[in-house]
Amino acid sequence: MSFTRRHALMLAPLAVAGAAGVAFWKMLDRMSEGKFDPHALNNPLVGKPFPDFAVSPIGPGKGFTAADLRAAAAVKPVLVNFFASYCIPCAGEADLLGSLSAEGVPVWGIAWKDHQKEVSQFLDRYGDPFARIGNDETGRVIIDWGVYGVPESFLIDRNGIIRWHYAGGLSDDLVHDELRPALKAIA
Amino acid sequence: MIPELGNFALALACCLALAQAVVGIWGAHRRDIRLMAATPGLAVGQFLALAVSAGALVWAAVHDDFSVANIAENSAIAKPLMYKISGTWGNHEGSILLWGLILSICGAAVSIAGKNLPSALRARVLGVLGGTSCGFLLFALTTSNPFLRIWPPPADGQGMNPLLQDPGLAFHPPILYTGYVGFAVPFAFAVAALIEGRIDAAWGRWVRPWALTSWAFLTCGIALGSWWAYYELGWGGYWFWDPVENASLMPWLTGTALVHSAIVVEKRESLKIWTVLLAIGTFSLSLSGTFLVRSGILNSVHSFANDPARGIFILALLALVIGGSLLLFALRAPRLASGGIFAPISREGALVLNNILLCSICAVVVVGTMYPPFADLLLGQKISVGAPFFNATVLPLAIPLFAAMAVGPLLPWKRARLLPVIQHAWWAALAAVVVSGFCTIGMKVLPALAFGAATWIILGSFAEVVERTLLFRTPVASSFRRARGLPIAVLGAAIAHAGMGVTLAGLAGAALDSQKIVSAKVGDSFTSGGYQWTLMKLEDADGPNYTARVATVYVKKDGVPLGLMYPSRRNFTLQHQTTSDVAISTNLLRDLYVVLGEERDGQAVLRFHVNVLAPWIWIGAFIMAAGGAISLSDRRLRVGAPSRARSTTEVTA
Repeated sequence: MSFTRRHALMLAPLAVAGAAGVAFWKMLDRMSEGKFDPHALNNPLVGKPFPDFAVSPIGPGKGFTAADLRAAAAVKPVLVNFFASYCIPCAGEADLLGSLSAEGVPVWGIAWKDHQKEVSQFLDRYGDPFARIGNDETGRVIIDWGVYGVPESFLIDRNGIIRWHYAGGLSDDLVHDELRPALKAIA
Repeated sequence: MIPELGNFALALACCLALAQAVVGIWGAHRRDIRLMAATPGLAVGQFLALAVSAGALVWAAVHDDFSVANIAENSAIAKPLMYKISGTWGNHEGSILLWGLILSICGAAVSIAGKNLPSALRARVLGVLGGTSCGFLLFALTTSNPFLRIWPPPADGQGMNPLLQDPGLAFHPPILYTGYVGFAVPFAFAVAALIEGRIDAAWGRWVRPWALTSWAFLTCGIALGSWWAYYELGWGGYWFWDPVENASLMPWLTGTALVHSAIVVEKRESLKIWTVLLAIGTFSLSLSGTFLVRSGILNSVHSFANDPARGIFILALLALVIGGSLLLFALRAPRLASGGIFAPISREGALVLNNILLCSICAVVVVGTMYPPFADLLLGQKISVGAPFFNATVLPLAIPLFAAMAVGPLLPWKRARLLPVIQHAWWAALAAVVVSGFCTIGMKVLPALAFGAATWIILGSFAEVVERTLLFRTPVASSFRRARGLPIAVLGAAIAHAGMGVTLAGLAGAALDSQKIVSAKVGDSFTSGGYQWTLMKLEDADGPNYTARVATVYVKKDGVPLGLMYPSRRNFTLQHQTTSDVAISTNLLRDLYVVLGEERDGQAVLRFHVNVLAPWIWIGAFIMAAGGAISLSDRRLRVGAPSRARSTTEVTA
């Protein structure tokens, strides 16, 4: 029996299904390793410099500007955390941010359209991990940074480039699997 | 004790399914009459075992046995009895059990209804069904066992997602799954035919009723799902091109193609290889769609617990079932002899066109659904594909399909001329043009075209009936006599096609919809869509497992009172979840649709929709399914034995 075009044609469905199967297997494989998450929210600014901004004073913080952040990051990479006082996942990750801060990772907080009293209460209740705090009063900063929602964290390297990003509350696994390797890579 | 019995029955069913696969395929291969005769018994036994297993799960749910993990996670004492029962298939583990149960019902049905089948073919079909079943039951036993116990048992369960506590959704999964799983039978027939290396007209006649039954169930299942989305989610829409919805649409499209191409196999012994591929493809899409959703790859609003380990098992199973059958196809299909030849313009040609267009639409839906995860994997890009893509790509393919739908059944087999056929259907074409023209006044082009196409399909579908009965040309009594002699399948096809036209009209009606969102105090009145809406009252009410806030809205049109509507918001205390309960008032030509939103400072957000012809979408779908059912009652399909059936029908005709 010779291999004809007819045979090749009949093989096509198997080839298509096979290719799809291999792709699905790759996806599942990378999902279980944590490298692939179809539900992840990526930020196009990763790998680019953070945008220009200024945040106003709130809570114990006096606010800061892009220049402040750039200067601090040049000394040591900074973790920028967007949060809000009413946000439950933000309270959930407060301990973790506290321990990172205790280890010497500078954590800077930006509250989203928040109020003096509520932010102070939030920091009293859940601890204050932030080296500097500011308030995004107008909501402009959130938009410029491309934030999906609070909490969301960005890692800034010595050159002011966003190296890593995560939308959602941080967890021990996430810090171990992603944040620490990212910190190590730019240390 | 009872859950253990259920678990044991599930394991027993798995063993029986394995035996069914081995005995069926080996017996047919060896031509061993005793082995082949044993397979139907094994299939019925597997069904009985799974019925016991499913019964045990329902028993545990009804008796609030929270020591069973699945019941503790999905049920609660306060849940109404109906949802305790329907809740058993409303979660991952239970739905796999339901899947297996329906597959075993299919096997038992083939065993009992397939007495006329050649014994080797029946043994092979049951063998393939048994093998597939064994895989899924193994999946249930190892990774998704609904009977796992927890200790200590909680005092009360966590309850069920309130959105799912709805009568429409209680029966949606069994009907949808019957559609999905039913396509396993045409699949098994296709694989059996490939093993045998022989396909003839009789094969087409045996496959068609199974394909048609599954298709009718799938149509109803999809319609129920979209109807639920319409009245339960309260977003005013009914189809969101969500991956799970697309997963049900794909096998529907190829299944529709299969129902049509099997006609060609049956009547003309042509398109055999293609029909076999469609049978394999339809079941493959049923399987991969539903199961990929559970692996977490597809990003969907329908959530199932995502577990990559579970995903790997599913993928291996899919590779075995789909890959195995396609490999067999690649090896055996080139040797299948192709039959009757036909001219491009002929009944066969029209059915080929139908197949090409349906499969193209399916390909578009597959691409749109699968592109985001693939782009993410290969290019690292985050993309979401939404309604604009599907509307822009599906419509251009659907329009020629609609145009051909009414003409196709009028064409004779083998070779035809288009002109005489169009002459027969001139009145339908004229009506379509008039409707289109009338609709262009005050409407955009596309909806006007869609209304024209709907008219064309509905009237054109009955052109063949009119033609064959010589209606309006002979006395009514003579027409009636001719109608009685008409093959029931012809009537069924006309009704199913007309149903599509009704659905299309319903979809096109969306162009005339109007909606208004207001923030209202009690006593406020608004005008929207030509109706006057007044918020009369806002009050609290209690349900069995929720508390509700109910608004009373008074509707008038031109000063004529139309009645009161009660949209509400339900707060399910156990799950801390709020659902909106839409108020719908329909007169079958339009739906008045009111949603109660958040309440703040004594002002409630209300949405008023006037959805023109919306009920037609679902009515059309049920007419389609009814057409399929009527076709099924045709003796030629029901008996499935060519010689006997033919002689009797011809004598009576």
